[in-house]
Amino acid sequence: MNGVHDMGGMQDMGPVQNEKNEPMFHHPWEGRMFAMYRATGAWRKWNIDAARYARELIPPADYLRMSYYEKWYESLLSLMIARSLVTRAEIDSGRPAHGSRKLTPPLTTKEMLDSVAKGAPARRDVPVPPRFQAGQRIRARNINPVGHTRLPRYARGKVGTIDRDYGVFVFPDTNAQFLGENPQHVYAVRFSARELWGEQAKPQDTVYLSMWDDYLEPA
Amino acid sequence: MKTTRRDFLTTAATAAGAAATGNMAHAQDHESGHSHSHQVVPSDPALRVKSLESLLVEKGLVDRPALDALIDMYEHKVGPRNGAQVVARAWVDPAYKQLLLADADKAIAELGYGGMQGEHMVVIENTPAVHNMVVCTLCSCYPWPVLGLPPVWYKSAPYRSRSVIDPRGVLREFGLEVSEDVEVRVWDSTSEVRYLVLPERPSGTEGLSEAALAALVTRDSMIGVAKALPRREGGAA
Repeated sequence: MNGVHDMGGMQDMGPVQNEKNEPMFHHPWEGRMFAMYRATGAWRKWNIDAARYARELIPPADYLRMSYYEKWYESLLSLMIARSLVTRAEIDSGRPAHGSRKLTPPLTTKEMLDSVAKGAPARRDVPVPPRFQAGQRIRARNINPVGHTRLPRYARGKVGTIDRDYGVFVFPDTNAQFLGENPQHVYAVRFSARELWGEQAKPQDTVYLSMWDDYLEPA
Repeated sequence: MKTTRRDFLTTAATAAGAAATGNMAHAQDHESGHSHSHQVVPSDPALRVKSLESLLVEKGLVDRPALDALIDMYEHKVGPRNGAQVVARAWVDPAYKQLLLADADKAIAELGYGGMQGEHMVVIENTPAVHNMVVCTLCSCYPWPVLGLPPVWYKSAPYRSRSVIDPRGVLREFGLEVSEDVEVRVWDSTSEVRYLVLPERPSGTEGLSEAALAALVTRDSMIGVAKALPRREGGAA
């Protein structure tokens, strides 16, 4: 989706504000929000790509206005409602619906910490052949899908060089909409800054993106 | 009072957003089958999140002690000191550095770090010829096991938007002027691969212990928006 989340190359967003001695969470509710996101994710009703897509679906003006964890709140509500973990009425009342059965959380303290230590690898050990080799020139496809994609607008149609092959990974564009993992090779692709931004960029500067096979065509 | 261009744009964006909000609310209602009303939910995020947490606990969807433990972990146990140890080890041990650049997951696991949002690590080395910096233009991807959770600026629109088109300008705002004969190499974290910058070892640190070296390694130097601290500024130097 050509949403406002796809920010690479936008201008006039103001200066970067580096806060000294920044706390991990600025308010206790941010930590609660962070933890609830992880804990509800353990129900496996969605995946990381669907979670990112839910944040991208926040209306653009809200997306720009909201703080980071406010976006997490909004997107978690939409995920939980869409995947039937809670209802809008329950959110509004703050109480479980009458007659609903109390469930058992999948993650107690030990399981939560174990799951963080273990992580959730997106690499897949499946024999998918790579379509490209290191050193090969490619063009990023000019696509404008309305769903989730990890191909930023600023790279579409641009010519770059395969730097290295990272191996086979889940494909976000399909996974985000529960259409399958569609595992395929991901490469580090090198673009000259001039190719992306024209003469205003320094000729020696570069931008590297991680790109899936389905984002690329031979140049 | 003078209206700045930014004020004007904010107003315009809000108006455009109001129309978009209407459409989106409709789309979501369609999917969930419920009416979209925020009236009963308090506007203060602290209250809304508290209300959500009690609901999820009451429904048995989350376990409160597990939430507490996770927060404690990221507030007190995981953070840039982990990454600093990785960097300091690479500075003193050439074999470790070689492994780190070839197989970062394995090398970082040797020091006991890994897991969520650091499952597929790649370490990129700063040299006199190349300065690396890391961004996630699409969201907020960041190597949690070695750096902790990202700072607000890393997740903010100014950094996400401008790092790829004006990296030298962004670095200047961090107080770092990169010379013309150096390649600035920006890594946009568009996949599940997470990047850690291996900053250059400061000069004059030959005699320092690994712990003293680690004290020179800042979070920002491992994102690539700063250099490691010179010897005199390091806490333990």
